[in-house]
Amino acid sequence: MRTRLPDYLTRTLLIAAVLLLGGCDMVLFNPKGQVGLDQRNLIILSTLLMLLVVVPVIVMALVFSVKYRASNEKARYTPEWAHSRKIETVVWGVPLLIIIVLGVVTWKSTHALDPYRPLDSDVKPLVVQVIATDWKWLFIYPELGIASVNELAMPLDTPVNFRVTSDGAMTSFFIPALGGQIYAMAGMQTQLHLIANEAGEYRGIAANYNGPGFSDMHFKTLATDAAGFDNWVAGVRAGQARLDKDSYARLARPTFNHPVEHYASIQPDLFQSIIDKYEGMNRSREVEHRMEHMQGRIESSVGTGQQVSKE
Amino acid sequence: MFGKLSLEAIPTDEPIIMWTLAVVMLIALAGIGAVTYYRKWTYLWTEWFTSVDHKRIGVMYIVVALVMLLRGFSDAIMMRTQQAMASDGSAGYLPPEHYDQIFTAHGVIMIFFMAMPLVVGLMNIVVPLQIGARDVAFPFLNALSFWLFVAGAMLVNVSLAIGEFARTGWVAYPPLSGLSYSPGVGVDYYIWSLQISGVGTLLTGVNFFVTILKMRTPGMTLFRMPVFTWTVLCTSVLILASFPILTATLFMLSLDRYLDMHFFTNELGGNPMMYVNLIWAWGHPEVYILILPAFGVFSEVASTFSRKRLFGYHSLVWATIVITILSFIVWVHHFFTMGSGANVNAFFGIMTMIIAVPTGVKIFTWLFTMYRGRVRFETPMLWTVGFIVTFSIGGMTGVLLAVPGADFLLHNSLFLIAHFHNVIIGGAVFGYLCGLTYWFPKAFGFKLHDGLGRAAFWCWITGFYFAFMPSYFLGFMGMTRRLNHFDVPEWRPWLEVELLGVGIILCGVVCQILQFFFSIRRRHQNRDVTGDSWGDGRTLEWSTASPPPFYNFAQQPVVDGIDAYWGMKERGQKTAVEADFQSIHMPRNTSMGLVISLFSLVMCFALVWHIWWLAIVGLVATIAGVIWRSADDDIDYYVPAEEVARIENQRIKALAEA
Repeated sequence: MRTRLPDYLTRTLLIAAVLLLGGCDMVLFNPKGQVGLDQRNLIILSTLLMLLVVVPVIVMALVFSVKYRASNEKARYTPEWAHSRKIETVVWGVPLLIIIVLGVVTWKSTHALDPYRPLDSDVKPLVVQVIATDWKWLFIYPELGIASVNELAMPLDTPVNFRVTSDGAMTSFFIPALGGQIYAMAGMQTQLHLIANEAGEYRGIAANYNGPGFSDMHFKTLATDAAGFDNWVAGVRAGQARLDKDSYARLARPTFNHPVEHYASIQPDLFQSIIDKYEGMNRSREVEHRMEHMQGRIESSVGTGQQVSKE
Repeated sequence: MFGKLSLEAIPTDEPIIMWTLAVVMLIALAGIGAVTYYRKWTYLWTEWFTSVDHKRIGVMYIVVALVMLLRGFSDAIMMRTQQAMASDGSAGYLPPEHYDQIFTAHGVIMIFFMAMPLVVGLMNIVVPLQIGARDVAFPFLNALSFWLFVAGAMLVNVSLAIGEFARTGWVAYPPLSGLSYSPGVGVDYYIWSLQISGVGTLLTGVNFFVTILKMRTPGMTLFRMPVFTWTVLCTSVLILASFPILTATLFMLSLDRYLDMHFFTNELGGNPMMYVNLIWAWGHPEVYILILPAFGVFSEVASTFSRKRLFGYHSLVWATIVITILSFIVWVHHFFTMGSGANVNAFFGIMTMIIAVPTGVKIFTWLFTMYRGRVRFETPMLWTVGFIVTFSIGGMTGVLLAVPGADFLLHNSLFLIAHFHNVIIGGAVFGYLCGLTYWFPKAFGFKLHDGLGRAAFWCWITGFYFAFMPSYFLGFMGMTRRLNHFDVPEWRPWLEVELLGVGIILCGVVCQILQFFFSIRRRHQNRDVTGDSWGDGRTLEWSTASPPPFYNFAQQPVVDGIDAYWGMKERGQKTAVEADFQSIHMPRNTSMGLVISLFSLVMCFALVWHIWWLAIVGLVATIAGVIWRSADDDIDYYVPAEEVARIENQRIKALAEA
């Protein structure tokens, strides 16, 4: 993300702000991945830009209150003065200038940080399918043929392409330490691209209220090096459970505070079938999809990445 | 016979609710007893309940709004207490099914039944006076609006005693608010209470739009109108354009719930996200409906208490108009995280930021109104300066949330909660409380107790900072909204500070209750005889008596500039003089507003509980009421010239004695 401010100035201000805010443990100011880092810097930069207006306003409010209080008879008093082209130009112009700069920053950063945009990296990305059900998170690794509940493992420095849907009320998929969130909606698929650059265990949450189990609907994100990730995969594969239509139906029943579960193998088209089951009225499309599945072209339809059912 | 309704609908197993009900019953009984003991029923009925006088209706709006403020504030106290308790494995004292109703009720009540009626109440009291009119354009419609709003408020409160309220959050997103996820009556209470009061609000919008355009006194061109009237005009336009969207959206939601349709369900081609778009297409203009009149209040107050003309009147008016238009093309900023794509998000983000420009201009015009003025720090001015400082912070965090890249982190977090309370409390509520203090002596003829008013201000503003600034940091710490309990111990100290802040605000509220009590007891000492209660009034409402006679002005004032009354004072022109008074055409009181609303309340209650026969009875009665009223030709009368002369001469005499 490029801005008009000179680089050294931006950097100094950033460091100052981070030091000031680093005093307490604020996860958004202490990101563990590139996306979160860029978004944090955007927050700081925008705030500093706006302080250019807000600080003078607050100072003026206090100074004018003291200086022009009725008891201070020495201050100038001009009861009929109500117009000044100079001042009005400034009060329209300065906010306008700041908003123009911020607007440019917004346009660029919105495209750079678009959750649908694959991250720039030489490492081959990992695909994870995310399903929000009442009230737990299911993560499917289609390339690895495994799945887990309320536990997400990701290898360090590897972009992860999340495909997100919901099998119930709408909620939002959010790992604050790694970067922004995306809605999980039934019958639709959204995308989110994140990367972990520091090893650790991070909190993942449902960030949109979706019923009584909402407060406990969180998951562990394990960011580990390649070896650690392979270990985790091997551990999952060592289990017995298989995720198919029936075991999914049992899993999807409403539960609070669901424990971590692993599935050593999966039914390949499960994710797509969960999206498709909400299409209902759109019969022809449903049939089309099933044809696609049968021909094994599921990958191409997942890859298009738009809100699948509503195109 | 009674649909889904049975005795089990009363939550006898919930001690908190039962105790609340008991206390409310006691207070209600005491009130009814007092009115009966002092034999005031006839007075209440003839002078207030059946009144079509805009000032009386305005006062009633504000009374109901303040009662609802107490209810919404109790909800806030309960939520803050729960969150301060419920960490480290503790579940707190409120289970999710109760807590989820509380945060929904808090939002609904504060927006629809506290903020809206406070705005409409102030509009009612002030606008006709400011434009030199004798009433609003449609006095009966005004009464109907008020009683429909009361019916909506009643329905919300009934849900506490019979059944339950929605557990969906205040905008009731489907599919959660659909039949499959919310099978109970909570969402139905939500739908019908908003429908019924929403129709009332829409009628208010029509009424004030026409009143301001058609009933201004001679000489008052649009660009000579006081800024408060301007903001009310813009708010009316917003109501006219946005409330039909709310009505239609809720209607579709009720079709989903009652007739098994699928506008917003997951199944059968329904699209829940369409609702999210529609509700915010109403919801964003709604926040400007709330804030614009508050801006108007601050404009009047800043100029009055600085004893100076308002700086940059034209800038201020144009800024208001620009905000009115822009407020319709920013709604997507409530859900950047839906995945609309970078172009759409960037467009709506930038549109949102542009609103910061006219808003910034407004703030500067108030500052330059104070500049080289003689600023008297009476209570209304304290609210104004408190607002400028607080609102600037809220505006800044709002623009930050408008940057999609930043919003992906902050969406739905406590940062968002801090932001909108910062602008709604620090902007709108401060504005209404300011306006209430400012115009109270106009409506009642005596001022509110000064010391208690100041104490209330300082408690409110200090309490506000304690109660909401930590939320900004909690948002940065990754805390999302509407949590019933949590397992992050670091959040707890901040939440305890917030609870303390709520306690300080509570002191402010207590001060305000005491303030009303003492002011009413000492009303004779603080009597305002002149009509110009603050001594520096600039606009027409201060040119008539306090309280104004029911016809407002014996003779229509003639206006030749901005700050009409200030001009009259400058020229030494007296506003109360003996003259050849004419008879005055006035609307007759009617009970039909109350009656029609009562029928619609019955209909809505029956719909909530699926008591179909009663719903049909209610509907037919409502329509019959409207037809009955429309066929009534005896709706107006003339106040005889002698009666006008008697009232005016009394005022002239009182002025001479003062």
